[in-house]
Amino acid sequence: MVSIQDLVRISEFEWEIPRTFRKDMRVPVRIFATRRLLEKVMQDKSLEQAVNAATLPGLVGHVLVMPDMHQGYGFPIGGVAATRLPEGVISPGAIGYDINCGVRLLASQIDYDEVKHQMGDLATVLDHYCPSGVGGKGEIRLSPVELEQVCREGSRWALKRGYATEMDLRHTEESGRLDGADPGKVSPRARERGQPQLGTLGAGNHFIEVDLVEQVFDPQAAQAMGLQEGKLVLQIHCGSRGFGHQICTDYVQEFQAAVKRYGIHLPDRELVCAPLNSPEGQSYLAAMRCAANYAFANRQLLAHNARKAFEQVFAGKQKNWQLEQVYDIAHNMGKIETHLVNGEEMKVCVHRKGATRAFGPGSPGLPEEYQKIGQPVLVPGSMGTASWVLVGTQASMERSFGSSCHGAGRVMSREKAKKQVRGDKLRQDLEAAGIAVRAGSMGGLAEEAPQAYKDVDEVVETVIGAQIARKVARLRPVAVVKG
Amino acid sequence: MESSRLIIHTMIVPAYGYREIEHTADWELEVWAPDLIGLLEQAARGMYALSGLCLERLQSQQRVLKLNAEDAESLLVVFLGEILHFIELDNLAFDEFQIELDGYKLHARLTGSQVQNIDKEIKAVTYHNLLVRQTGHGLHVNIVFDV
Repeated sequence: MVSIQDLVRISEFEWEIPRTFRKDMRVPVRIFATRRLLEKVMQDKSLEQAVNAATLPGLVGHVLVMPDMHQGYGFPIGGVAATRLPEGVISPGAIGYDINCGVRLLASQIDYDEVKHQMGDLATVLDHYCPSGVGGKGEIRLSPVELEQVCREGSRWALKRGYATEMDLRHTEESGRLDGADPGKVSPRARERGQPQLGTLGAGNHFIEVDLVEQVFDPQAAQAMGLQEGKLVLQIHCGSRGFGHQICTDYVQEFQAAVKRYGIHLPDRELVCAPLNSPEGQSYLAAMRCAANYAFANRQLLAHNARKAFEQVFAGKQKNWQLEQVYDIAHNMGKIETHLVNGEEMKVCVHRKGATRAFGPGSPGLPEEYQKIGQPVLVPGSMGTASWVLVGTQASMERSFGSSCHGAGRVMSREKAKKQVRGDKLRQDLEAAGIAVRAGSMGGLAEEAPQAYKDVDEVVETVIGAQIARKVARLRPVAVVKG
Repeated sequence: MESSRLIIHTMIVPAYGYREIEHTADWELEVWAPDLIGLLEQAARGMYALSGLCLERLQSQQRVLKLNAEDAESLLVVFLGEILHFIELDNLAFDEFQIELDGYKLHARLTGSQVQNIDKEIKAVTYHNLLVRQTGHGLHVNIVFDV
């Protein structure tokens, strides 16, 4: 167990578990948190899991943990770890089952005050157009050939079929397509699961949310993103569905034997890994990229359907009802990136699990309009609370492998949340607070109650205090569709 | 239409059972049984209960499952993964488990029916801290599910 006495305070917002804490640690753990957030985190196994993660072969720098951290399986949620190429490892469990789970933000010029009476209708129509729920299947059933195309092309597949615009792709991490995806490395079962689920939200904590831009903190950055106070925006949170879950499951299974072959000893079997330059590591990387591209296409189809919902509700009544993409960002991903580590530029595989890429101004891969301001970082809050739009900074490049937080982060188990909160009462309370809610199940709604999460404002103030992100705008929810 | 919610069996047969353990984000299940066959069955029943799964009892269906694993933990993960897959693929869940084991080689005849309702989606069965332990009362294991 890690206790607060084991931590070295670096600053008000940064703490370290030194490498000497446990013999098998290869690098220290750096935690972005206030003392108050740390004390909350001590109630679960997040830090123990971060220490376990610090034993992965080939790590460089620190294992980092964001202020929205919470206990996961193997690797903590909110964790970031970079392994050096070519011999460092890649670990599927350090990326997660929902490969390229992420958030997309679209902005409109619709004045909330003019349409607030329509939020119930909008939630109903969004719910209708965007299939959700357990095992939900979409309107499209991909043929085997089409699935392979989605694997290779990601959002570009959607563009070719009229589900996307060039600007959507321009405003997506990696333009919505990772190079090096190889469907040949994806199992028949994953393919079978992927074929019917494209364009679906799923269940759990996935959602579509309409927000109003409540406050702008950085007018220049907000203008570059098309965000204006009082206007409606839309967030989509989901990932690669059963396709990604199966790919991760397959490789966690396969790597159980790989660690023995490569003589890798780990404190938790969920952290199994393989060297990046091994056939096993290369196969997972190629399959993971298929799932990442599937997830980009999935959010693209949901965005297309959300646009249809906006058209149905607002066309002819509002002048500029269109939704323009601000950004789409992954928070469960393994990426090959170049970073400066101890003064040395090196190619690393950055594992982000429940952590968002947060590249600073001037970083490669950002579109021209975001070069000056830095990459948009999307931080959805818990249901009924604020969400934030931030941007990456130079400090994030230097101190967190260009990463920041991804949300509020749970503090309460789903079981406890269901015991404390009644879904129908929560829905009534949210509706009374002016938030229209459509949910697949009242139990599922209760599990996602705001009480089950940390205060997103406190999480954001921590990354701002640590200077790994900068505030752009705060969003307030007005309609939610829950999977 | 008759339906039946799969419920906790611990009070009926104390040697076998499962219970949910507090976990911040995902689901953790503690499962116990006198032997590995019982552990597999209880784990499946516990997983169904966590999902809030209800069966339609219109027409029973059978499936045969053959698996081979390196150890007890891998067998649990693979077996539960197969059980989850039947839900997604065929909308099918089981309430009768006839399991035979030869080491970690499994042959099972599963009888069940169509799923009428399921509240929650389990993304995956994880290996997180997974260890089948021999205790004075039989086998125990804690399983974490990604949800």
